Amino acid sequence: MKPFPFIEYLIPLIFLLFAGVTIGGALLAVFTQWIIRSVCGLAMASVGLAGMFYFLNSPFLAMIQILIYIGAVCITIVFAIMLAEPDEPGAQANASSLPWTLAAGLVAVMLFWGLARLGLAGDWPTPVITGDGSVESIGVALLTTHSLAFEMIAVVLLVAILGALAIARRGRHQA
Amino acid sequence: MNPLEMHLNPSVYLVLAALLLAIGLFGMLKRQTLVGMLISGELIFGAAMLNMMTVTRFFAPDPAVGQVFVLFIMGLSAAEVAIALSIVIAVYRNYQSIQTKELSEMKG
Repeated sequence: MKPFPFIEYLIPLIFLLFAGVTIGGALLAVFTQWIIRSVCGLAMASVGLAGMFYFLNSPFLAMIQILIYIGAVCITIVFAIMLAEPDEPGAQANASSLPWTLAAGLVAVMLFWGLARLGLAGDWPTPVITGDGSVESIGVALLTTHSLAFEMIAVVLLVAILGALAIARRGRHQA
Repeated sequence: MNPLEMHLNPSVYLVLAALLLAIGLFGMLKRQTLVGMLISGELIFGAAMLNMMTVTRFFAPDPAVGQVFVLFIMGLSAAEVAIALSIVIAVYRNYQSIQTKELSEMKG
């Protein structure tokens, strides 16, 4: 039986699509002037990152990424946008900040160049794989090896939610 | 490097994570509102997660460890978003603005 033509190009194509969505979403999140489009860019970047996690043998984390980043983080930021007025000032207002933007770009390019060089030049080891990385092994690791960190994350989340409530509530009484 | 197998090449993921980190840092420096800086911070968290997953997929003996740590990073980033947004709301009530330029006075 003759296989479907160009079937070997399909997986690199999907990979390129997810990589492009990640980079494009990140660029949109940073460069657009309207903050709501910036949130959309963050959601796009999260979808791309979920695809990357799928390619990295972790469909569980891909699902969690979409669940938390798009379902929780982006929605929460949208709520904050509706309560405040966070749009960037117009182009004429920040014309004086062009040197600052250039300096930020220079820092970002230097960081990217250094880290990419470091990643490409590294003499990485090829280990002996001991686990299978399944959801079952993640659960076992969470409740045995990393149980203390798991409990600490739970406490951190609880304190964060209580702190968020306290901060937002006190502001209302003062206003 | 065979272009058809680039999804099996760790360098691609590492460069992608470095690019995400650079974009996030650029946004963190360039943005003039608190919410914009928060979004850039989330991009930096994403870069950290992608880097962690790459290392655990290609260079770590046990693939479960990196996934557990990425889950922890996600939990921390969710907590950070909750706190930061409540601060944004409180700042907006007091200043009627969340532009970083105008948040330059402190109350002792």
